[in-house]
Amino acid sequence: MMAPEAPARTPSAKPAQLAEPVLEIRGLCVDYGYGADAVSAVVDCDLVLRRGEVMGLAGESGSGKSTLAMAAIRLLRSPGVITAGEVLFHSRPFSEEGPRGTIDMLAANDSVLRTVRWSEISVVLQSALNALNPVITIGAQFDDLLRVHRPSFSNRDRWNRSAELLDMVGMTADRLRSYPHELSGGMCQRAMIAMALALEPQVILLDEPTTALDVVTQREILEELMGLRDQLGFAALFITHDLSLLVELADEIAVMYAGRVMERAPAASLFHAPRLPYTYGLLNCFPPMHGPRRPMEGIPGSPPDLRVLPTGCAFHPRCRWAMERCRQERPVLRPLGGPNREVACWLHAGDATIPRELAHPEPPAAAGRPAATGPARAARARR
Amino acid sequence: MRLLLRRLSFYVIAAWVALTISFFLPRVMPGNPVQEAISRATQSGVCNLECVNAIRLELGFGVHTSIWVQYLQFWGNLFHGDLGSSWTQGNQPVATLIAQYLPWTIGLLGAATVISFVLGTLIGIVMGWLRGSWLDWLMPVATLFQAIPYFLLALVLTMFFGETAHMLHLLPSSGGYDVYTVAPGMNWPYLWSIVTHAVLPAATVVLASMAGFILGMRNQMITTMDEDFVLVARAKGLPRRRVVWYAARNAMLPSVSNFSIAISLVVAGQLLVELVFNYPGIGYHLFKAVEDLDYVLVQGIFLVIVVVVLVANLLADLVYVLIDPRARQEAAG
Repeated sequence: MMAPEAPARTPSAKPAQLAEPVLEIRGLCVDYGYGADAVSAVVDCDLVLRRGEVMGLAGESGSGKSTLAMAAIRLLRSPGVITAGEVLFHSRPFSEEGPRGTIDMLAANDSVLRTVRWSEISVVLQSALNALNPVITIGAQFDDLLRVHRPSFSNRDRWNRSAELLDMVGMTADRLRSYPHELSGGMCQRAMIAMALALEPQVILLDEPTTALDVVTQREILEELMGLRDQLGFAALFITHDLSLLVELADEIAVMYAGRVMERAPAASLFHAPRLPYTYGLLNCFPPMHGPRRPMEGIPGSPPDLRVLPTGCAFHPRCRWAMERCRQERPVLRPLGGPNREVACWLHAGDATIPRELAHPEPPAAAGRPAATGPARAARARR
Repeated sequence: MRLLLRRLSFYVIAAWVALTISFFLPRVMPGNPVQEAISRATQSGVCNLECVNAIRLELGFGVHTSIWVQYLQFWGNLFHGDLGSSWTQGNQPVATLIAQYLPWTIGLLGAATVISFVLGTLIGIVMGWLRGSWLDWLMPVATLFQAIPYFLLALVLTMFFGETAHMLHLLPSSGGYDVYTVAPGMNWPYLWSIVTHAVLPAATVVLASMAGFILGMRNQMITTMDEDFVLVARAKGLPRRRVVWYAARNAMLPSVSNFSIAISLVVAGQLLVELVFNYPGIGYHLFKAVEDLDYVLVQGIFLVIVVVVLVANLLADLVYVLIDPRARQEAAG
C-alpha cells in the first residue's frame, strides 16, 4: 500500500478558490430492473467534480460507485435505468473541436452523447485486457477512435498521433501492431490510458484502473497518471475500494454505502479525521506502513443486500456506535464544521456523544498535498 | 503452418476411420449382392444354375477371398484412384457415376449452407443486438424450425408449394430438372429448370439449418455485448454500426468453430432431403445403392461424403485462424 506521505505537488499550482465544476451530479437515482423487482443501486447522489481536480469515490463492492459513474455518461449496462436526477456537464474543451457550454447528459440524444463521449469524458475500466477488443490490434483501436473524432486526420496523422500517445505512457510505437493478448496487464492498462487521453478529454472516469494489477505496476501507472494530469489538466473521478490509495491522489473523497454518498471531505481531512464510522472502518482495513503496530479492525458483517436494506441508517447493523435513532431514521448528508465536508451520520447531529475515534482534529495544512488545496486553506483562514 | 499439419494429420486419421467403417458396414448388412442380383434376374425371367454362376463370377464371388484381403485390396485400389464399378448401374465405374451425382449435391448443399450460415448469422446478430424488442418473436419460430426433422419439413413444403400437391402449384417438387421438356446443356430453359427444381430442397435445408445458426449467434451476441470492450466502444463514441461490428466480430468466433458440427448435420439432412425430392445427388443414390446392396457404390459415395465434410471442416479451421488473432498466434507457435 502507499504511504500517505507522498511527494507533495506545489500548492501554487492550485487555485485559491474552489475550481469551477465540470461535472455536476444532482439527486441521481439508478435502479437495476423494472417495477417491483427493481433494485436501487444508487439513491439520490450528489457529486461535484471540479475542473482539474481528482475526486475519489470509495466504497465496498456493490456500494454503487461504478454505477454512479457509468450512469453519468449514460453507459449503464442493461437492465440499469436512471430513475431520477440530473447530470450537467460544463464543457470547456481543450481542443478546438468539441461541444461548448452546459450539456444536460440525461437529456442528450445519441449524437450529442457521441460528441461528448471520449472526446470530453473518457473511461478507463478495471481490466484493460477485457476493455480492449481482442480481435483487432491496439493500433486499429486508436485508429477507430481518431477516425471518428478527428475526421480531418490522414492515415499518417492517425498513426503518428497514436504513436505519440503510446510514447506518453512509456510504450514504443511498435506496440500499435500488437494484439491485446500479446501485452501484459500493465501494458494493456497503459495503452488504455493513452487511448483515454487521445482526444484531450476534460474528464476521465477511472473505474478501479489499477485494481487488477500488482502493486509495483499499480504504483508506476498511478504516478504516470497523476503526472499526465498535471500536464494535461483533466479532472478525474477515481473509483476504488482502496481508500489509502485515494488519499495520495485525490483532492476530495466521497464514500458511498448502499448506493448513497455518506461522507464527503477533502482527502487529508477524510484520512486523518474521518467522521463516519464506515469511513473509519474502511481506513482500518489497511495496515499502516509506519507508526506503532495497531490491531486491524476492519468492518464486521458484510455489505448490505440492496433488495432488503436495513431501516434507518443502512450501516447501523455493522456499526459499533449505532444508537436507537440510527435504527429508525435515515441520516441525510449535512455539512459539518471544518473545511468543506459533509457527513450523513446521527453521531454528528444533535446532542449525541461523538466517539473519540471519530473526533480527531482536522489535519494541519502541511499534512499532504490535498490539505493544501484551496478549500482547506480558506477554511483555516476563517478560523 | 504447424497447426495446419496437425489438423491435416487429424483429418487423415478421421478419413481412415470413416472409410474403414464404410467398407465393413455394408458387408455386415443382411443379404448379399448375389441374392439381390438373382432375385432381379428371376423377376425378368427364369434364372437357372448357369445364370446364377454367371452372376457369381461377374460379381467376383467365384473365388473366396477373406474379408481382410478384400479390405487390403480396397485400399490398394483406392490409392490407384480405382473406386470399382457399380453392378446396378451397368458396370459403370463408380468414379464416373459420382462425377455425375456430385455437382447436384455440391450445388444444392453449397448454396443452401452458405445462405443459411450468412443469413442465420446476420439475423442472429440483429436479434442479439435488439434483444427485448419485437424481434424476439422469432425465437420460438427458430426453435420450432430447429426441432423439425429435415424430411418432415421437406414433406410440409412439398405439400404447400409442390406442383404435385393440391394446395399451391408453385414449384416442382421432384427431380433435378424437368427431364421431359428441356435438354441438358448450356441453355436458359435448362438452367432455369435447375433453379426452380432446387428452390424447395434448398429452402428445406436453409430453414432447418438456419435456426441453429440464428440461436447460437443470438446467444453469443448477447454474451459478447456485456463485455467490457463493447462498453468501451460505446464510451468511445463510435458510430452504432461500428459498435455492433465490435461485438459481432467476436461473437462470430464460436459460430465458426461450431461450423464443423453444423456442416455434418447439414450433410446428413441433405441426404434425406434428396430422398424426399428425388433429387439426383449423392444422397439419393446412396439410398438406392444401400437398397440394392451395391457395396462398391456405397463405399465410393461414403468416400466422397467424408472428403466433403473434412474439407468443409478444414476451411472452417482456416477461417477461424484468420479471424481470431489468438488462434493465429497458436498456429504460428
